[in-house]
This record gives sequence, C-alpha cells and structure tokens, in this order.
Amino acid sequence: MSDVRGIVIGHGAMAAGMVDAVRQIAGIGEDVLVPLSNKGMSPDALISAVREKLVEGEETILFTDMQGGSCAVAARRLTRELPGTAVICGANLPVMLEFAMHRSLPMDALVARLVERGRTSITSPATPPAEAAGQKKP
Amino acid sequence: MSIILLRVDERLIHGQVVVGWGSQLHPDRIVVVDDDLAASEWEQELYTLGLSGGLAAEFVSVRSARERFASWKSSGDRIIVLLRDVNALQQLGAGDFLAGEQVNIGGIHHAAGRRPVLPYLYLNDDEAAQLAALHGAGVRISAQDVPSGRRVESTEFMAIERRS
Repeated sequence: MSDVRGIVIGHGAMAAGMVDAVRQIAGIGEDVLVPLSNKGMSPDALISAVREKLVEGEETILFTDMQGGSCAVAARRLTRELPGTAVICGANLPVMLEFAMHRSLPMDALVARLVERGRTSITSPATPPAEAAGQKKP
Repeated sequence: MSIILLRVDERLIHGQVVVGWGSQLHPDRIVVVDDDLAASEWEQELYTLGLSGGLAAEFVSVRSARERFASWKSSGDRIIVLLRDVNALQQLGAGDFLAGEQVNIGGIHHAAGRRPVLPYLYLNDDEAAQLAALHGAGVRISAQDVPSGRRVESTEFMAIERRS
C-alpha cells in the first residue's frame, strides 16, 4: 500500500493557498496533496470534482475547511461510499504539515494523529510585557 | 418574529446561510423543507454537524411545511426556511399558497440543461417557467447570495434568463 494522499476541499481560494504553503514548507510532490475549491459548484458537481481527484487503490484523506457546509457534506457523502477514504474537518496548516510528514502511517493511526495535532495547534500563548521579561522596549 | 428568510439554495445549510445570513438575521431555527431529508436521520446529521450558538435545525416534508407554514409565520422564533430547488418551491407554493411572500433565490448552480443567469444562479427551461408562474401568482422573488451582495429582482434576472 502506498502512502496516504490528501485532497483539501475549501471555500474560495483557501485550499489552493493552504496546499501551496504545505508544498513550500514540506516540499511534497503535486500528487500528494491536491486543492479543490467549491466556488460556483453545485453539491453534485463538487462530489464529481472530488471523485476526479481520487486515485483508484490509494487511500485518501479528504480535508475540509470546516465541519459544516458544502465541502464537509460532499466529503462525508463520498467517505460513506468509498472504502479507503476518511474525512478531517477544520484542517489547518499544522495538520497539513503533520500529514506531509507522517502519511506513511496506517490510515486510522494517521487520522487520529492529525485530529490531535489540529486540536493542540490552536493556542493563544501568554506573552508577558517586555519590562516584566527584563527586556527593553523595541 | 416568524419567517425571516425563505430561501432556495441547493446546498441547504451551509456557510452562506449560517454565517452570512445568520450573522445579519440572528435566526433561532433553520427549517429545511425537503422530502428526502425529512425521511433520513443520516442526512439530517450530515447537515446539522457544525451548527453552533444554539441554532436549532429541523427537517420537514413539503406537505408538513404547508400545514405548519402559518404557525411559523406567527412563531416567536426567528426562522430561516430553506428549500433545495425551484421544484420544491413550486410544490410548497402550489395553489397561490405563497402569494405575497418574499422568496430569496440564493444558490442554483450549473448543471446539464441550465443556462447562466447570475454567477450563482443557473436555470433550465422548466425552472424558469416555474419561477415565472410563481411570480405571476404574486410571490415576490429576488436573487441574492449573501447579505452584502446586490439584490436582483426576478423581473431583472428573468430578463437576463430570456436573453441567454
């Protein structure tokens, strides 16, 4: 079994931007992670567009930008029909990078790892004032 | 407050409705009028996943919608009513049922046999005829995808449709 592939499905240009960022940082090939926008697409057309990007016999994660909405609905419909596919909703850049680094893992383990990475990557780090840290103001 | 938006959008509950219109209209409830969804718990879960902020969703058949429409109009809740396509709107509006109501056309996209009218609105001959008939029956129809977009009255977009 080859490494898991990914399709990012999002609103507007989000998917293209996210995939571009992952390629820039992780240096992955064009077939590993492919973007798809829902712009101007009917629900049926979006499902057809995702199907066209699937490769027979290769496990694929369908990443969507958020949990609700047309992208997630299309992805979940396909996952219900197609073995070897999984959905991750609310994907962000740390999740995508984790995917790029660990896509040789078995599908179940990879999905669990990516969901955990997504949850832990949303933070608001406390930043003390410069004076409190003994630093001069810039 | 009653029905604050009666919308035709083939994507039903999605970002433009929940975030775009929701942030402007502050609905308490979304009612999806669709015979198939009303009969499928899995489909309902598919569309309600991701709803937040206490916004409730309910799925009813066209027949049930016609029975309950008056109660929605007099409800204390602020309700968005969604329909999948023009055919469903025609069924709901049969017999001048929707005369005087305002209908928002928000998203009917390209498919075989449909011609472009607006960037988010494509119609085939049957759909154009159904909308014209509803307009003739006193339904006030306009197209607008998001609150910040321009509202296009049916007289304007039907003229575009006839030229396309």
